[in-house]
Amino acid sequence: MTLCLAFIPYSAYVYTRGTEAPHMTPMGDEARAGQTLFQKHNCTACHQFYGLGGYMGPDLTNVISNKGSPYARAFLMNGTQRMPNFNLDETELDEMVAFLEFVDTTGRYPANEYQINWYGTVVENDE
Amino acid sequence: MNDHQDVTGLKFLRLGMLALAAGMFFGVIGGFQFLFPEFLRELLFTKTRPLHVSLVVSWIFLGSIGGIYYYLANHCQLKLFSARAANWHFWIFIVTGLAILACYFAGRFGGREYFEYPAILSIPIFLSWIMFGVNYFKTVFKSTEPWPVYYWMWGTGIIFFFITFTESYLWLIPYFRDNMVREITVQWKSYGALTGSWNMLVYGTAIFVASKISEDEQTARSKMAYGLYFLGFFNLMFGWAHHTYLVPTVPWIRTFAYAVSMTELFILGKILWDWRSTLTSYQINKHCNAYRFMFAADIWVFINLILALVISVPAWNLITHGTHITVAHAMGTTIGINTMILLSSVFYIIRVELPLEVHSGCSNQVRLGYWIANISLAVFFASLVLAGLGKGLHDGGSFQEMMLSIRPFLLMFVVSGVTLMFGIWIVLLYAIRLINLRLSPVTRGDLAREY
Repeated sequence: MTLCLAFIPYSAYVYTRGTEAPHMTPMGDEARAGQTLFQKHNCTACHQFYGLGGYMGPDLTNVISNKGSPYARAFLMNGTQRMPNFNLDETELDEMVAFLEFVDTTGRYPANEYQINWYGTVVENDE
Repeated sequence: MNDHQDVTGLKFLRLGMLALAAGMFFGVIGGFQFLFPEFLRELLFTKTRPLHVSLVVSWIFLGSIGGIYYYLANHCQLKLFSARAANWHFWIFIVTGLAILACYFAGRFGGREYFEYPAILSIPIFLSWIMFGVNYFKTVFKSTEPWPVYYWMWGTGIIFFFITFTESYLWLIPYFRDNMVREITVQWKSYGALTGSWNMLVYGTAIFVASKISEDEQTARSKMAYGLYFLGFFNLMFGWAHHTYLVPTVPWIRTFAYAVSMTELFILGKILWDWRSTLTSYQINKHCNAYRFMFAADIWVFINLILALVISVPAWNLITHGTHITVAHAMGTTIGINTMILLSSVFYIIRVELPLEVHSGCSNQVRLGYWIANISLAVFFASLVLAGLGKGLHDGGSFQEMMLSIRPFLLMFVVSGVTLMFGIWIVLLYAIRLINLRLSPVTRGDLAREY
């Protein structure tokens, strides 16, 4: 019973202050539409955000700051040997790129600069 | 012979084994697509992956649920509160499952990872789970004795599946969906706990079968057994954040999960190890097939414990996270631990239900499949760990270069995946044939006359 009682405020904390991300750009309508497209085509089967997802393709968390929007757009437009062409129209391409641009503002993965404590935890330098 | 009140449990088990057989088939196709991306373009990897995952996860649930219905009705001296509700549960599972598979084949997605089907299909899953929960608790509340630990584990698994499955759909609310950090954290909080809840169902089954084979109810009533239960419960609620060490949440959430994760799996290994040492050769021979799979689960617990401990250390998680080592952990636990325990449960039931057809409790066909599956799984597991290390330690370069560098391990992974599938199929063929025999109207009539 004590465990269950502890679980409630713990979950509430995770839902609120524990996951506040003040550095993040607010999600616009275009990015939201891109997020829906991302789900509709089940992109997560092959791609990851923060290392979570499938491993057929690369992690996309910071694809925009690492490679640029035109690069991401070219992949989405043509596909590759590994990735099928989903035949997205111009609006859908814009939405998908807007979503990836939004994700890019949420954080860095993998972390560039960090410190490892003696007991094995990792602290990123911007935390 | 027991009083055969209900065969719904056996139907769940048979359906679960068919789901496992099909799930492994799609897994093998997905493996080939990993290696040869243009293989079977008509059925893209975006379809084969959810087909594989959903079918194999279905096996874990069907195998656990089938065992629970069967054991309550036939071994616990508890009449099911509603055999009709159990039957409804079965048919809702089939209809919803077929709808989900149809969506995957048609490429109609809309959900999140692991629940990629359109969210509306989660409604019948919710409703059938409520039906299962009410049936379970109304049945076990009839027990006048203090509950053995497996009743607690099954009950906890049922309640927390409901909570965590609900939590996994919080992304439908804009408050969660619009904050990527919150959404991804809550998603993985729910998945971590959801895995914990099905582990409660499976580990409860393990302790039930272990206590029945040893004919010693103390296995399910000892302090160690309750210790396992509380530790598992603690992990279920608080141990999920090792999935999200690299998501920018508040740091103490991650540190806390690190401490919790270090306790995981240890006591289960201890219980099964202790249980094996108490068995007589008579008990081992009588339940040879069931014992064999429980023994394998025991070994895989230790192997996975080591890997789980390693990847839960944040400093090492930096290298292993987002690599095939995570897949090795997932496959090692779902096949090596959960599937081995559930197959042990299936063979225990077969031995009890069909004593005339399974005279010695041992079978050459099962032995062959068992060894092929376990040796293949060892190679499969090792190849994923090596591929993961290759990816994690890959320094710079493009994604394609990294994939090229780990290709030999991926080849090993695919080949061992094929032999693993055949090993499991050999075992399933034997088990399904006997369950069919038990469920066929002719055999059921004969058994009824005989007993």
